[in-house]
Amino acid sequence: MTEISDDGVFEEVPSPFCGVGTDDLAIKVVGKTVKVIKNGCRVNTPAFEQPMGDIRPRVEGKKVSLKAAIDRAAELLRAAQLPLFGGLATDVNGMRETLALADRTGAVVDNMNFEKALRNFRVVHDTGWINTTLAEVKNRCDLLLVVGCDIEALFPRFFERYLWTEDTMFLDDPGHRTVVYLGKGPSGSASKSPSGKAAKVLACPDSDLPGVLAVLRALVKGNSLDITGVGGISVGELQRLAVQLKKARYGVVTWAAGAMEFPNADLTVETISKMIKELNVTTRCSGLPLGGKNGDQTSYQVAGWQTGFPSRINFSAGFPDYDPYLNSIDSRLADGSGDLLLWISAFDAEATPPTTKLPRIVLGRSGMKFEKEPDVFIPIGTPGIDHSGHAYRTDNVVALRLPKLRESSLPATSDILAAIEQSLRET
Amino acid sequence: MLIKLTGGTVYDPKHGVNGEIRDIFVQDGRVVEKPSDLKINAEYDLSGKVVMAGAIDLHTHIGGGKVNIARTLMPEDHRADPVYRTELTRSGCGHAAPSTLTTGYRYTEMGYTAGFEPALLPVNARQAHMEMGDIPIMDKGGYVMLGNDDFLLRLMAEKKDQKVINDYVAWTMNAAQAIGVKVVNPGGVNAFKFNQRKLDLDENGPHYGVSPREILLCLATAVKELGVTHPLHVHGCNLGVPGNKDTTLDTIRGFEGLPAHLTHVQFHSYGKEGDFKFSSGAAEIAELVNANKNISIDVGQVMFGQTVTASGDNMRQFANNHHANPKKWVCMDIECDEGCGVVPFKYKDQNFVNALQWAIGLETFLLVDDPWRVFLTTDHPNGAPFTTYPHLIRLLMDKSFRQDMLHTINPSAAAMTTLGSIDREYSLYEIAVMTRAGAARILGLQDRGHLGAGAAADITVYTSQEDKQAMFEKPDFVFKDGELVVRDGEIVKVTWGTTHVVRPEFDNGIEKLLKPYFDRYLTMKLGNFKIYNDEITENGRGSLTEHPLQFGGAA
Ligand SMILES: [Zn+2]
Ligand SMILES: [Zn+2]
Repeated sequence: MTEISDDGVFEEVPSPFCGVGTDDLAIKVVGKTVKVIKNGCRVNTPAFEQPMGDIRPRVEGKKVSLKAAIDRAAELLRAAQLPLFGGLATDVNGMRETLALADRTGAVVDNMNFEKALRNFRVVHDTGWINTTLAEVKNRCDLLLVVGCDIEALFPRFFERYLWTEDTMFLDDPGHRTVVYLGKGPSGSASKSPSGKAAKVLACPDSDLPGVLAVLRALVKGNSLDITGVGGISVGELQRLAVQLKKARYGVVTWAAGAMEFPNADLTVETISKMIKELNVTTRCSGLPLGGKNGDQTSYQVAGWQTGFPSRINFSAGFPDYDPYLNSIDSRLADGSGDLLLWISAFDAEATPPTTKLPRIVLGRSGMKFEKEPDVFIPIGTPGIDHSGHAYRTDNVVALRLPKLRESSLPATSDILAAIEQSLRET
Repeated sequence: MLIKLTGGTVYDPKHGVNGEIRDIFVQDGRVVEKPSDLKINAEYDLSGKVVMAGAIDLHTHIGGGKVNIARTLMPEDHRADPVYRTELTRSGCGHAAPSTLTTGYRYTEMGYTAGFEPALLPVNARQAHMEMGDIPIMDKGGYVMLGNDDFLLRLMAEKKDQKVINDYVAWTMNAAQAIGVKVVNPGGVNAFKFNQRKLDLDENGPHYGVSPREILLCLATAVKELGVTHPLHVHGCNLGVPGNKDTTLDTIRGFEGLPAHLTHVQFHSYGKEGDFKFSSGAAEIAELVNANKNISIDVGQVMFGQTVTASGDNMRQFANNHHANPKKWVCMDIECDEGCGVVPFKYKDQNFVNALQWAIGLETFLLVDDPWRVFLTTDHPNGAPFTTYPHLIRLLMDKSFRQDMLHTINPSAAAMTTLGSIDREYSLYEIAVMTRAGAARILGLQDRGHLGAGAAADITVYTSQEDKQAMFEKPDFVFKDGELVVRDGEIVKVTWGTTHVVRPEFDNGIEKLLKPYFDRYLTMKLGNFKIYNDEITENGRGSLTEHPLQFGGAA
């Protein structure tokens, strides 16, 4: 549990922002100001320190009481035929209430990052995978293959916390691990081993990754190929990598679905996952999908257990109807098939709702600014700062208990949604 | 609020009541003696009805990471069984890996009022409790998984005193909010991380040099010495391997009188006789169970149809991945803690192996004499979804129905089973033992599973019928803590059950060993790992019920 010391410093604070489950931050809170004083990073420090804005809700730009804002939101929802619930960046309780309200109002729900996450989910729906979690990486991984992702730009503390550790249980020297990049190379030096060994980079444009992975998989299977290279990488280099993967005792292949911005990236995730399965016939190798920032995994997990599906669920027919294409909020806004947008964004004041002609209700992190004022804006607290809660990290296994760090009187997402539902129930 | 249930035919094995006509009084959620001051607020005429305590499922995968993986893996299965919203109940999905809300409704609609998740990974227990927190009406609880975690194996390799191990087990049970301890393929899941594909009972595992037998004894001893009522819950070595009955027989003997519960024993009862080198070991296992009063089992019955298997045993699930139907599956190594494997299965009555698995399960039920030591499970969803229980009860209670079914399965399998020659039919009393009184007793739930004064008023009322499947599918009434929640097989009120736990004591000095281990090797701080009570209770729905420890003689 997060401890508070005498000088008002919280120790061992977990972060819901970075996705890789750092839980060793020290944070000083003075009044409403939050300051990361130890173990911060480019992702976590600004996220914790986003300045708190106004706490008063607004209806059509005018400051109103919380009750008036909730009543207005309920009124708009009552009038809507097909409300769209987007964003969904919140904690477990926030997501529970989101789904309860969506069920009651026949809404479509979709997480703001699901388009990217779907590259992984399609693979789970269709073929499955073999994955591992961060502590196994820390203690066992002797070969890390990074596919199409500049890890340190996205997850600044990944190497420090999980690879270049002082101790591992099963490696003689964690500094001797091998790191290979396929596709993008690293933007900094975090992947360099403590003794200064740089990661090997087999560079290729993102758009060539499907071909490169297909070749690598074929080589792992022992197929001989009638080509000399792919995407600018020689087959000899890939052959060497295939041998490394087969020889590794506990290889780990990592990728970030969010960074795979090329067509049919799900098929590349599938190729990686099938290759890993094939490697496990003789040795151990696992995938490690990286992601999970700002409550993404949290929303997929809770939707998973309450409905069976991760996102893009339409409740309008009275049951959870999953369609990962039709129920994208963006495409529904584009084709005009919804008539109200409820946007939930508790972690990042900059994750604002799309502009649309439809009425908009926004539950946003306090301090959120809009190009166009929404019909209803209710500033909400951030889980892990303004109220306690739970959030998942990237491997889906660990849910962090988030503490409350300051007295802001900002409500939790779940409180507001429950109040809206209560208001609908009463009328 | 006083409720009178009048004139029902009562089966209450804890009190030896076998089909007697009795009135039951319920006040403020509890069964009470007949009050002298008779101001009755509600009366139910139960003449001609069968009355039992609410049923308890002591082994059902209803919450936690691998259940959610199973859900994500099976969108087509959900689509085939959409669950619509009603005025009272939430929408969801059904069949093999139902949504949490549907799980609660469907169990309750069958008269079940408690279910226990057998596989709380310590590091994932928080998720299991959050999922179970979204299962309405039923009570729940979980068994924390140990025996493949590197910390325990280190302690054992260092030959630490049993007292240290007890402290660690107790600490983990508290941290994970558990009511029992489960071990899955002891040491095997760990060995798989070192690329070992099989680990026999007396084989020393890699790195630590500790054998499954040593792990089993060490944990069973800890559970007993800590005073935890539920014996060590054992998913043994070599699940699904032809010939594994010998391992299972060895395992039972190896406990040397220590209490142990062998789960889904059907999957561990295979011989290798016959043309297909696959045969039933049920008779031998049942005989040994009959002779060893320290042993209890649940069956893990296989029923035909589509399901999805979700197990902590990733070593065996990986080995079985070629059976996946549809062809997709997931395995995971998890946090130097445990692992999991999720593989969809379609059990087919015309498939020799599947048909014989079905028969082996039934043989086990029918050949174990003492219904207090055998429990009705399908290892939901691994053998079949829990919604098949009424059908299973009919198979146990109705010999001619069982014979009819036997004639429809793969003939080679039918020829390999003694099922046809077993005349036993379970009585209603025995069903009440197996699904109520016995389950409560072996879990240490003193106020559940019976209808005596002081019991929680979890009560199920059925209409007596020849067709036992129809009878158990649709109770007339279900009361949960005294509230009417089901009428005519349908939910009429949604309440929220409690989470049952035990809190064995430990010397806090164990944290002196654990804290540096967490800091050096794990990825969470020790303090962030523990699940605090308010995490379960803060939303106003959940609650915790602590049960006493039990030292000395068993109940
Ligand atoms: Zn099991
Ligand atoms: Zn099980």
